[in-house]
Amino acid sequence: MTQLILEQALNGLQFGLMLFLLAAGLTLVFGIMDMINLAHGSLYMAGAYLAAAATQASNSFVVGIGAAMLATAILGALLEITLLRRLYARNHLAQVLATFALILIANEAVRMIWGAQPVPLNAPDALSGPVNIAGFFYPAYRLLIIGVGALVAVLLYVLVTHTRLGMWVRAGASNREMTEALGINVRLLFTIVFAFGAALCALAGAMLGPLLAVQAGMGESILILAFVVIVIGGIGSIRGALVGSLLVGIVDTLGRAALPSLLSLFLSPEVASNFGPALASVLIYLLMAAILFWRPEGLFPARA
Amino acid sequence: MGLYESSKRRRVAAAITLASLLALPWLITALDQGFYISFASRVLIFALAATSLNLVIGFGGMISFGHAAFFGTGAYCVAVLAESGIVSAALAWPLTMALTALLALLIGAISLRTRGVYFIMITLAFAQMVFYLVVSLKAWGGDDGLSLVRRSIFGGLDLKDDTTFYFVVLAILALVLVALDRLAHSRFGRVIQSIRENETRMEALGYPVFAYKLVCFVIGGALAGLAGALLVNQSGLASPNLLHWMQSGTLMVMIVLGGVGSVYGGVVGAVLLLLGEEILAEWVPHWPIGLGVLLLAVVLWAPLGIAGLFGWGRSRE
Repeated sequence: MTQLILEQALNGLQFGLMLFLLAAGLTLVFGIMDMINLAHGSLYMAGAYLAAAATQASNSFVVGIGAAMLATAILGALLEITLLRRLYARNHLAQVLATFALILIANEAVRMIWGAQPVPLNAPDALSGPVNIAGFFYPAYRLLIIGVGALVAVLLYVLVTHTRLGMWVRAGASNREMTEALGINVRLLFTIVFAFGAALCALAGAMLGPLLAVQAGMGESILILAFVVIVIGGIGSIRGALVGSLLVGIVDTLGRAALPSLLSLFLSPEVASNFGPALASVLIYLLMAAILFWRPEGLFPARA
Repeated sequence: MGLYESSKRRRVAAAITLASLLALPWLITALDQGFYISFASRVLIFALAATSLNLVIGFGGMISFGHAAFFGTGAYCVAVLAESGIVSAALAWPLTMALTALLALLIGAISLRTRGVYFIMITLAFAQMVFYLVVSLKAWGGDDGLSLVRRSIFGGLDLKDDTTFYFVVLAILALVLVALDRLAHSRFGRVIQSIRENETRMEALGYPVFAYKLVCFVIGGALAGLAGALLVNQSGLASPNLLHWMQSGTLMVMIVLGGVGSVYGGVVGAVLLLLGEEILAEWVPHWPIGLGVLLLAVVLWAPLGIAGLFGWGRSRE
């Protein structure tokens, strides 16, 4: 039982850290430019596909991920300069619609290039087995994801809280006009943030690719979760995104694993087996609605 | 253009559209394309769903990203009622509307406490909850959806006949549009549109802003439920797709294509999108790309939608 709970907790941590990679870029875009970008999930999908293609071409998973991150960053920067920049001043409805259009285009473009079937993306063979941590076995590849996710989270934290660039980003998120008035080129800053966010998306897509299927539309389900994360954490806050990601990752994973058996303690097995999965799958949305109800600005509001 | 002249022109346009829609079944039968009667019903039903969302977004200014919750719940409600033997439209449809209104009241009462992007996200979250709840209920077919055991019985009319069903849908849509046109020009309509323009000012003037918005949201939800009730009768299946957030997105696409905040915007958008899908998907390979580009173009260069291009948009008095 402890083995199971420990494993699920680690899975939740792993999922949460990957969610953080997506949520970090999304929350900054959202926070600085007040822009809803539904196409963030498409960048994640593009990253996974590019990683699959580059891994196949180079026969190296590491090269594949690096190439995918670079290519997706360029793609993101181009997207920002050509299109998204025009949407900052528009209302949220226009932003939702325009980026919804981008999702339609991206999904179909991927189908055009790679076909409707999922594309294989395999983790290196060396990492395919489980590792033994003091008598407890856990898949090596998932452990790597946790390591990479934690490393990126720390680097990002240092970048945002202890560098000049990070200071500008935080200033932009808390008050854009004031930051511009102080002479910071927020437009350029934003293109950089966007490209950076796209690279993180690609990293998440490439790392999760071997666990989930690399296919058209893979970005949508995780996009909604990333939005849940940043709304819980507070829009524009990196710290909020980290806390929100881990909260969502662990609550979702543990809920799915434990809720059905937990409910069967005080409900009939039939009801529990029917109601458990249903409740588990809405748990994070309940969490989000509850947090919005009591703290409408999220847990760590970026704007004071 | 004076107000009188504009309303006169609109009345003429509406009369011509109604007359051609009334004649449509005969045209389709004459061309021996029976399938298209059912398709025409589908278009009108989506027009109703889009119109209900346009009431919430276009008139109420509440950017709800969870409208599929009401649309899909309407469909499931009728299918579940039919399974338990309630097939009378006079009973099942109002019951469905009452239920979706109640759902909208619940979701709206909580969501309307938030503003801006938070409102968009919380409505999305509620719609996701409904989606996952329904999908995980095995009794309702899970991922496969729930088939309708039989079409509703509408008084003495046999809705199994596609042409009869089409006329019922057309009548309902026409009634709703006339009612909404009235509503838009009523005191309630004026207030809700003023709230859309400047909520703070209306609040300062002493209007119960929250209550007005909630009522608007609930009417929108009930009408979407009615559209769902009709759709399940048309397609014979309450599918989880109807509850999916992409469905909410599609309804938003319709009203933006057609014209946000114009009474007929939802109808124009639904006709454009579904006809486009039906016709262009045959001829244009990778049609979604074309749709995406069209949508981008409309958002960037025609913010009032196609209706706005022709000057039938929301009147700016």
